[in-house]
This record gives sequence, C-alpha cells and structure tokens, in this order.
Amino acid sequence: MSRLKSCLLIFLALFSATESINVEVLNEEFTEALLLRPLPDRKVLAHFHFRSSAPPSERCGRHHHIFPKSIYQLVHKFQVREMELSFTQGRWNYERWGGFDPISSSNAKPPGVELWAEFDVPQDQVDYSWKNLTHALSGLFCASINFLEHSSSYSAPQWSFGSASGKLRYGTLPREAVCTENLTPWLKLLPCRDKAGLSLLMDRPSIYRGYYHSQRLHLKSDEFGASEMSTGMVLEQTLTVVLRPDTFSGQALQPSWSLSSLIGRSVSRKCSLSSSSNVYVQFEQNLVFEGDKLKEDGEASENAIPVGDGLEDNPLFELSLPPKRVIKELGNSQKAGSILHEFSVEDSNEFKPFDLELNWKLPVAWSCPQAPLQASRFLLGSGNERGAIAISMKSTKSNNVERTSSFDENECWLRVGIFQIVPWYVKVYYHTLKLFLDGEPQSSMENIEKIIVSPSEDKVSTGVMEMILRLPCSVNTAALTLEFDKGFLHIDEYPPDANQGFDIPSAVIHFADFVANMSFYDDSLKQVPILSKLQEEVPVVSYTEVLLVPLTTPDFSMPYNVITITCTVFALYFGSLLNALRRRVGEEERFLSGKGARKAGPLTLMISKLSAKLRGKPWESPKQSESGRSSSKYKLLAKVVLVAGVAAAWQFYFQ
Amino acid sequence: MEDRSTIGSWRNKLGFWKWAIASVFFRLILTYFSKNLNLSSRPEVSTPLTSLRRLAEGYWLKQLSMSPYSGSMYHGSPLLLSILGPLTVKKIGGLSGELLCSLVSLVADFISAILIRATGASLVRAYLHNWKSLGLDKLFKGNEVVPSGDVAALVYLWNPFTIVSCIGFNTSAIENMFVVMSLYGASAGLVPLAAFGWVVSLHLSLYPIVLVIPVVFLLGYGLDAPPRKLFVQSNLQGEEKRSACHAELKSMNDKFSKTNFSWWRVVIFFLWASVWTSYVVIMCAISMKEYGGLGEMFKRTYGFILAIEDLSPNIGVLWYFFAEVFDFFRNFFLIVFHVNILFMILPLAIRLNHRPCFLAFLYLAVSSMLKSYPSVGDSALYMSLLVLFVNELAEMQFTFFLFCGYVGISLLSPVMHNLWIWRGTGNANFYFATAIGYACFQIILVVESVSAMLNHDRKIRKLCNKV
Repeated sequence: MSRLKSCLLIFLALFSATESINVEVLNEEFTEALLLRPLPDRKVLAHFHFRSSAPPSERCGRHHHIFPKSIYQLVHKFQVREMELSFTQGRWNYERWGGFDPISSSNAKPPGVELWAEFDVPQDQVDYSWKNLTHALSGLFCASINFLEHSSSYSAPQWSFGSASGKLRYGTLPREAVCTENLTPWLKLLPCRDKAGLSLLMDRPSIYRGYYHSQRLHLKSDEFGASEMSTGMVLEQTLTVVLRPDTFSGQALQPSWSLSSLIGRSVSRKCSLSSSSNVYVQFEQNLVFEGDKLKEDGEASENAIPVGDGLEDNPLFELSLPPKRVIKELGNSQKAGSILHEFSVEDSNEFKPFDLELNWKLPVAWSCPQAPLQASRFLLGSGNERGAIAISMKSTKSNNVERTSSFDENECWLRVGIFQIVPWYVKVYYHTLKLFLDGEPQSSMENIEKIIVSPSEDKVSTGVMEMILRLPCSVNTAALTLEFDKGFLHIDEYPPDANQGFDIPSAVIHFADFVANMSFYDDSLKQVPILSKLQEEVPVVSYTEVLLVPLTTPDFSMPYNVITITCTVFALYFGSLLNALRRRVGEEERFLSGKGARKAGPLTLMISKLSAKLRGKPWESPKQSESGRSSSKYKLLAKVVLVAGVAAAWQFYFQ
Repeated sequence: MEDRSTIGSWRNKLGFWKWAIASVFFRLILTYFSKNLNLSSRPEVSTPLTSLRRLAEGYWLKQLSMSPYSGSMYHGSPLLLSILGPLTVKKIGGLSGELLCSLVSLVADFISAILIRATGASLVRAYLHNWKSLGLDKLFKGNEVVPSGDVAALVYLWNPFTIVSCIGFNTSAIENMFVVMSLYGASAGLVPLAAFGWVVSLHLSLYPIVLVIPVVFLLGYGLDAPPRKLFVQSNLQGEEKRSACHAELKSMNDKFSKTNFSWWRVVIFFLWASVWTSYVVIMCAISMKEYGGLGEMFKRTYGFILAIEDLSPNIGVLWYFFAEVFDFFRNFFLIVFHVNILFMILPLAIRLNHRPCFLAFLYLAVSSMLKSYPSVGDSALYMSLLVLFVNELAEMQFTFFLFCGYVGISLLSPVMHNLWIWRGTGNANFYFATAIGYACFQIILVVESVSAMLNHDRKIRKLCNKV
C-alpha cells in the first residue's frame, strides 16, 4: 500500500515538474545512508545521514516536492547562507571514539544546543536576522533556542570558527535537555518521516538510551549568490548515536550485534523517495591493521588454509550479509586505510527485512585515530569569588603529527586554534593569560601566533577569545590558564535553580594544519553523498567539556527586608544629622526645664544617672532655667508668621 | 611663646618622624609578604573602581589597541592608566609590577601624611590665635593643646585601614592624596595647588566634587574658627581693654576672622580650576581619541559610579540593595540615594561655614558612607581628618563605643564574607548585616562629631559672653 502511495507521489511529482524544466527537477533529490562502526570500547557508532537538495529557486520556481518547505522559507526569509543546528546529549569520548576522522570532527558536538548561522545580508542586519532565526528555529524544533536571541548569549567569531566574513553568529545552550520532542520535528523534515527507509531504525527508547546522541541539521544555500553556478539548497541531517550492544559475548571478545538487537528494529520498507539508501559498516584503520596482522600470522603458522580475498574470510569477524561492494580507503605508508562495506536496503520488504549482523570471532583490541592533542578543560580555585579556567592539552603521540608536518624537526610547529566563549558573569582577566608547556610557564606572547579578545560587557555581550597557539611538535602537555572573578547578578537574572550553577560553553579546539578526510581509490564514489561527505576536507575540531560555575546567590526571599532596612538606615542618617544641625540651645534648655517641671519619674531619673555615670560626668539634677524664654517666644511667633506669609505668597502666585 | 612650648613638649613626646619612618618600614615589610596576604581581592580593600588588577586588564586591552573600557573591567581614569599601567607589567630587578604599584601608594600615603600634618599645624596655630583673639587664652593654662597635625598624620600612617589599602594594590591611596592636597592647598592659601588637587580628585572619583564648598570657604574666610559673630563682639569689647602688645596678634586675627569674604581668591581658584580641568580634559581626550572619545570615558567612569552597575559585595549597603530591589524602582532609588549626599550639603554648609576643614571632613565622611563603591581607604582618610579636630572634639560622646564598633565590624565583616563566599555556610544577609552596622557606626560618628563641634562653638560663645 505504502509502496503504491509513494509511487503515486513520485508520479505526481514528476507530472507537476514536467510543467517546468524537466532536467532541473531531477536535481532535487533525497538520499539516505547509515554508517555503522564498531568502537574499541565495545560500543557501536551509528551515523544516519540524510541529504535533501533543491535546485536554485530562480530557475526552478518555489515549489518543491521533497525539500522541506519550512526550511526553504527559513532560508529565504532570513537569507541564510549556511547554518548548523545540533542537539546533543552526552559527551563525545575523543580518547576512545576517535578524534581524527570526519565523523568525529563534524559530528561530535557540545552538549545541549549549538547553533551557528551565516547570513547573506548587510553587516548591520545580521543581528536582526539572527534574532528572527532563533525564534523561528525555536518554534520549529520545540526547543528554547530563542534564549540565544539576546546579545549576551551569542557571539560573532571573527575568524576561528567558520568563515571570516563577519556575518556569522554562534551561540550555544549547554543546558538544553534534548529529547524526542526535538527529534520528531527533525524527522518531519524527511520526506518519508520515520515511516519508511532507514529512519525506521530510529527507535526512540534505544536512541535515548545511548551513550551519546547528536542530531544535527546542516543547511547550505547559495541562493543569493549572483553566480550562475549556484547549486541551490542542500539540507543535511545527521543523527549520530553511540550505542552499546546488549549481547554478552565473553570477557575479551567484542560483543556481536545485529541491527535489530542494537536498535530494536530493522528496515522493512525502503523510502521510495530516496535515490539511494545504503548501509555502510566501517572498520577502522587500526582494526584492519590488526586483522591483517592476524591474517599474516595465520598464514605463517597454518599454510594449509587457503586465504581468499573475500572479506568473509576475515579472521576477526563475519558479516551476515554479503556486501554489495567493499570500499577501501587510501592508506599511508605503514598501514592500509579503513574499509567500508556497503549494503543496500533497496530489496528489503516486510517479509524480508534488512537486518545486518556482525559476529566477532576473535578478541581484538585497537585504538581510534587521535587528534594530535587531546584537550580538556577544568576550573581552578575554590569559593565563589574568583577562579581560573584551565585548558590542558595532552599530546596523544599519534603519528598524525609526523605525517602532516614532514619537515625539519626544529621547524616543526603544531598550530592549535582555541575559540572560547565566556558569559559576562564570568569576568575574565585576559591579562592573566598564562601558557605552560610541559609544566614550564612561558613568557607571554612567544607561543601565541594570533589572538583576538573581545571582552564581555556586563549584561550586553559575551566575552570571546580566539587564539592560535604555536607549539613545538615535541610538546607533551600544554596548559592555558585564565583567571576570572565571578559576577554578582540581580535577583531577577538568576535562573529558577540558581544554586545549580552556570555553564561556560565548550571551548572549540581546532588544529588548523590537519584535515580529517578519507580518500578512496575510486573517484566515482563522490556521487554518493555520505561518501563525498567523508571525503570532504574538514578541519580537525574537538570540543572541550562544559564547565559548571557555581555563583554566589543573594537571599531571594529578602527584597522587602533589604529595602526597608536600607531605607531605615538612610532615614536614620538624614534625620539624626538634620536634628543635630538644627537643634538650638535655648530650645534644649526649655525642653529640659519642661521635663523637670513635669516631675521626672524614677525611671528617667535612673536612666539619666546611669548615662551620666557611663559618660563619666557628675550627674546634675535637672535644673530650671528661665533665660531666653521670652525671646524664643517672639522668635517662634516670627517664624510662624514667616511660614504663613510664604504659604500665602505661594498660593497667590500659583493661582 | 607659651603655647608653642606646650605643643613642642607634645611633639617631643610624640616623635613624629620616628613613627612615620617606622610606618614606612612596616609597610615595606608587609608589601614583601603581600602575595601571601592576598589583600588585593578583598572586597573591603579594592573596589571595581580602585582595583589595580582591573587597571592592569585595562592596560592590557589598551596594548592590544582596544578601548581600555571595553569589557566592563576598568572604570578608572585614562590618565591613571597611562601612568600606572606600565608599572603593572614592568619588572625591575626582581620587583614585580604589583610591588612597584604598592611602592607608589606608599609614597602617596607618605605625602598625604605630610600634607595632613602641615594642614593640622596651621589649624592648631589658627586655633590658638582664635582663642587669644577672643581673649580666652587665660582660661586654658593647665591643659595643653594637642598638636593635632602630627597626631592625625600618624593616625593616617598607622591606621590599619590605610595600611591595608596601601598594600592591597589599589588606587585609593592616590585618590586620598589628591583630596588632601586640595585641602592643604586651600588651607595654606596655595590656590593653584588647591585647584589642582580638587580637579584631579574629582577626575579620579566623582565624589570630591562636593569639596568645592569647603575649599571655597577656606579660601574665602580662612581656616577654621569660632563663629564670626563672636569676633565682632569681642573686638568691640576688647578695643579698650587690649593693649598695644596685642597689635601683631590682631593683625593675624584680622586675617582669619575677617567677616567679609575674599572673593578675589575664590575667583582665582575657579580660574585655576578651569585651567586644570581643561588640561585634564584635553589629556583625557588625547588618550581616549581612538577609543570612543570623552563620551565613552564619562559613561564608563562617572556613569559606572552613578548607575551602580557592579553588584559585587563591598562594605557599603547599596550593592545588596540594588541586587534585590525590583527593577522598576531601580532608577527611583538611584536618584534618592545619590541625592541623599547632596541633600545634606547645604544644611552643613550653612551651619558650619566658619569651619571649612571640618566641613570637608564631614563631606568626605558622608560620601564615603553613601558612595556606590566604598572601601576602607575612604574611611581611613576621614578618620585621620577627624583627628585634626582632636582639640575641638575633646568632648565628643560615644567615642569608646564607636571605636569598639569599628574594631568589631572590621573583624566581623571578613568573617561573614568568608562564611558566605568561601564556606557557603552563611548567606548574603550576614555580610549585609555587617555592612548595615558599619553604615550605622559611620552615621553615629558623623552626627556625634557634628553635635560635638556645635557644642564646642556653644561653649566658646558662653565663655565669650562671660568674659
């Protein structure tokens, strides 16, 4: 039934398209792919990749049959040139899951929401477009992306993040909880939703049970470029999940898994709208190397067993289905590259669902390719007054460094870019920037190739630090510290759960001289979107941890008390000082005599005696004095007359 | 002279220079250990306005050709930045930048002490002459006159508040020096110096602007004296009694007790003040040329003071008030609290116009109590100015109580701060309570000193009437 429906849809689409230009319509296409990769720590990476593209609307009109309309409108309304939105939960483990491959470089994201967008509008309208975009996306994805609207929550990186056009805005919400309410609208953008095709595998419980999941939406359009070569809009949606197979298979052996055991579902229908839907299983370089070594050992010891070139004979594992093709990556001099096994889900149906199975035969341990330095960030100091941010980078001693910088040992430099955003309530003293190489403090600017700091402004903007460090290749550890004072906020500025603390978004560490890409023997593979994506040269990027900074809180229940007490103190000051100034001796004496005449009670007498004793003066009994009594009477009278006269004049004047 | 000798004996007992040098050495020793004392981050010592750490940040930003005011860190004067900024990064012979800066504040403290001493000496001289001219000098045969200048200078040098703010890496010592300079200039009749001190201190921190009134009175009427009415009376009475031997005293008298206001010096003062103001403004404009000009400077310095943007705790009461107050009342209370300083200017000036130095003390005390970012450096200044009037305020009440209160607050406040910020066992109210207590003690000090001074005047009047 669904098949029929989709065929009908295609037919309809084709029919409607024939009215416009036939050739262009074919450009609008949708592809889906799933990449599975066993990870060294007994987990499995599943990377879904959906790509929809639409031709430029100038030539083909504004009607689309595959490309989501909401995204099209977004692009056109806010003139988005490029945009990336990611919802992530969990932290990518760079040490175990790799930090040097295209997937980790472009799909390992900081926790929470990360959004960056580049606009094709004049410089002064960028912020306005950003604000509107955040609101639109917030509605589209049921997330509080609109909190990125205020200028104190986003920043404009100058060159270290993305392009240096100055029209890029970047913002993160580290505390955004990501859940199925964000996934559903994301799935809605797919032409088959999660009704057919690979997205059938997106079983919510198993996805959110994973160790890491990141759903990402990357949009690129050159709609507004003047060039004729524009390719239209490309929407790339990826979902990266790290799962652990439930199957138990001995102590040393990697757990064997199948799609249905891993995710709990299998692909029973193909999405008819997608022009290709493939599943790839990737075995990493080091794993392949281990396999080859085993194979060689086997050959050496048991010559009797013939070795075929099929991969079913791999001594390490076996796959339940025969691959459609095997793609080998170009390796380096020492090791062969990683291997991709391609499977197609085209011929799966409800009776014969696509369910891939991987069985391990021998225990094996390998490691993932690492970025040259592994960065982590932490807080120093205690108390709620001040502290320091430290970014420490440890050399992974991976051979990538030697591979890319093959020149002289003395000349070997490692360039590390750091992009750090600090919210305004963390008041960073940038002059306290210190760099330690192998524990030795360095003189300030020697190892800093380039630095741009735009300090935060209270309640207006975030602080951004972009820098490029130039470290010698032989360095073991490098550490960077920055001191800060913690700010004190107005009670309204605290979030409901103020004592939980505030987040400092992840710093982005990028290695400018390194690119993470795979290169294959076959050039024709560029046609397949996921493979072309893997071949794309992306800089090696890693994100550090989000930091949680506890800030001091005032007493939230006290505003009335504070206002009244402070005002009382001010009144005390004003009243008593004015009283001291205007008091006259004559009046004082009159007052005293009046008190004496009123026959002082025993209590007042005692108090006055006591106070006299405290002051160390002989106590005098209240005396009566008559002096100046009559004169003060006249003075009083004169004053009353004066005041009355002023009042009368005032009244007369203002009527 | 008899009174000279009494003062001299006091002075010999006191040994001013010995103690002054000792205080300098004491400071040097503490400066050496300043890293361990870690006073620069104490909220009592360094405020957002005076902190040298923020100045260093501003200087660093300026070195990177950014506006020193970008980033809401530095809020001081651009001139101070260009003078002290290089010191914060320089290292001369193992001395770190911070040590150099505290040497600067040490020098500033010492200069202030010397100026206070000179002011005090002339005040004592005026005091004795006034008594003589009123014909009351026979009355105090037995009791000596305290050389209040020396005592005040020593109090300034040995006040723990001054010491703490001197080695606490902040600029309040320099601000105090200019305030004292202005007062000294006015009391010694050095009009350009008075104008310079006033203009610079006004430039550094807005509040000394109210000192224009005492300075004008000082220049117009001369030093502190009993009410002028009394001189007229005593002159009338004494014409026939006085003999020729008092002739030279009378000329002195005339200088001080002239009831007419010498407008000429005031005009010169304002001329000088405008000269210095234009000089400072031009210098600021030059240093701020690339970073947004004077408007930016005024917004980031005076605007920051008036709008109380920084809510970090200090020994005043306003930070907590504005952290808690509802947003729609904020502007109202800002106006109310700032106007509270201004409200008292006129009554005080009317009532105490014959005592301009005391008036200056009052203004400083009031503004250090009500200012947006008070520090103990401000308190140190008005305390030593209070000691200048030790002869007049001998009968002040509650002095022991006040002393105990100040000691208690200065011990309790760090404890409460520690409990709140560092241990997390106390809360903000504890610290705020000490701030309220401190404000109350300051209020009592001001009120009591005012009434003691008025009582002193009353006493003189009574004595005059008897004579």
